[in-house]
Amino acid sequence: MIDTENLTKKFGNLTAVDSLTLHVNDGEVFGFLGPNGAGKTTTVRMLCCLISKTSGNATVGGFQIGNKEDSLKIRKIIGLVPDNVGLSENLTAYDNLDFYGKIYDCSTTQRKENIQRFLDMLGLWDKRNVLAGTFSKGMKQKLAIARALIHEPEILFMDEPTANLDPESAKTVREFILELKKQKKTIFLNTHNLDEAQRICDRIAILNTKLRAIGTPEELERSVSGKRTVITLEQVNDAVLNALKKLSLRNLTVDGNKITFDVVDPDKENSPVVEALVLAGGHVRAINVVGSTLEDTYLKLVREST
Amino acid sequence: MRLSKAWLVASRDFKIFRHQKNILYSIIVFPILISVLFPAILEFAGQRSVGLFAALPSLLNSFSFFIVIGAAYIPLGIASYSIVGEKVEKSLEPLLATPLTDGEILLGKAISALLPTLAAMYAGATFFMVGVDAATFGRLGYNYFPNWTFAVLLLILVPVAVVMSVLYSIIVSSRVNDVRSANGYGIFIFLPFLAIYLASEIHLISLDITGLLIIAGVLAAIDIALYFVGTAAFQREEILTKWK
Repeated sequence: MIDTENLTKKFGNLTAVDSLTLHVNDGEVFGFLGPNGAGKTTTVRMLCCLISKTSGNATVGGFQIGNKEDSLKIRKIIGLVPDNVGLSENLTAYDNLDFYGKIYDCSTTQRKENIQRFLDMLGLWDKRNVLAGTFSKGMKQKLAIARALIHEPEILFMDEPTANLDPESAKTVREFILELKKQKKTIFLNTHNLDEAQRICDRIAILNTKLRAIGTPEELERSVSGKRTVITLEQVNDAVLNALKKLSLRNLTVDGNKITFDVVDPDKENSPVVEALVLAGGHVRAINVVGSTLEDTYLKLVREST
Repeated sequence: MRLSKAWLVASRDFKIFRHQKNILYSIIVFPILISVLFPAILEFAGQRSVGLFAALPSLLNSFSFFIVIGAAYIPLGIASYSIVGEKVEKSLEPLLATPLTDGEILLGKAISALLPTLAAMYAGATFFMVGVDAATFGRLGYNYFPNWTFAVLLLILVPVAVVMSVLYSIIVSSRVNDVRSANGYGIFIFLPFLAIYLASEIHLISLDITGLLIIAGVLAAIDIALYFVGTAAFQREEILTKWK
């Protein structure tokens, strides 16, 4: 559905996106993670034909970005929820959607049906005749999503749709995205929110100007860090600390009475550690082996690249 | 370029303007001033100065020119709000992500400033003509308006002045972030019109049909230059990456 090959965007001497190559499947929710200034919004803008590429290639729905005729075709098949909702605040919710429906040449019947359907789904139907400027942030965000969907686009680009929303509104938006996922809508989701990405996305790419990793949330968790052992003691004293020093454990951290370190094979590596701790007079309460989280992976990749 | 799409953009702006009192006032106040104030001045002055009516034709031509100045003034507020307002609301990005072309959006914005201005000025001009004729018929013995000079002024010079003001506002709007600043810079649009008015007062130029056609020709040339600057400023990438 979306393909990029060495897609690059430079603003003067600044490279915003560097040689991005990725593929987004039809009906997939694709998460695009990265810190501020990573090039996420620039990538979306290039794919939506809002700004030009500097080099490389990309197709959206089979149409080439950068080609004037194809750009119009791309903009017909996509919907965009920008990072700023960008509603006409002096128009009612209904008029905001109706205007966009007309731009996309939706028939009167289709416009009416879709406006009612999406406003209903997002809990805004009762507010359809209220000026958008009077809406809360959450309501505006929902209306912006409805606007992007009014012409039933094949691909939906969402740029941080839950940023700055209260937990309740963010939850509603996430649930709505999950509903769209059930309908097999292709969604390209820019987000900072790792938990959101993990819960919603089929696959995730981590970007920091360059693409750092791509895969399913599970693949990403496994790809960078291995497992970690957490040993909880009754008390961590000097004898225990001295014993730990002699073991040369990887990424050892001691937090209160918890000792954490990286392991590759916990069955083999944990036994000598526990033995050493017991010999040093430590009383072991619990031993847990935990996998790395998406957050671990994300932070590691982003820190490595900065 | 699809006119129907440009009209959609303009229609949406008309709906928005209905909620903007300052725009409504700017559209209404100037035509009312022209159509009421000038006939009232003539009526008032005529009762006190018999000699006034000897100079009426040149005086009325000068008065008429204020309609051109009004035509240049009204679009400033509308076009500034129409574009800077979108910048403030950040509503241009979703609009630019639609299949509308830059030209269609720009034309829509221009129409939304052009039509209310022309409608207001033509309505004001109609009342102005009726009022002036009512105030002067008794002394002149004939209706001064309508006449060919006024027709040239209304049908050629006014549209050219409105287009100039709209294009100028679009260029200014691309460089500022709030409506007040846009209106502040917009004031410079008055300078050429004031210069023309003053030049006519000191008889450097004449506001007769020939004079008005020459002025319209010069303004039309400026319009063409402003069109190229305006369309260069109103491009997707420029708007999203370079506009303040």
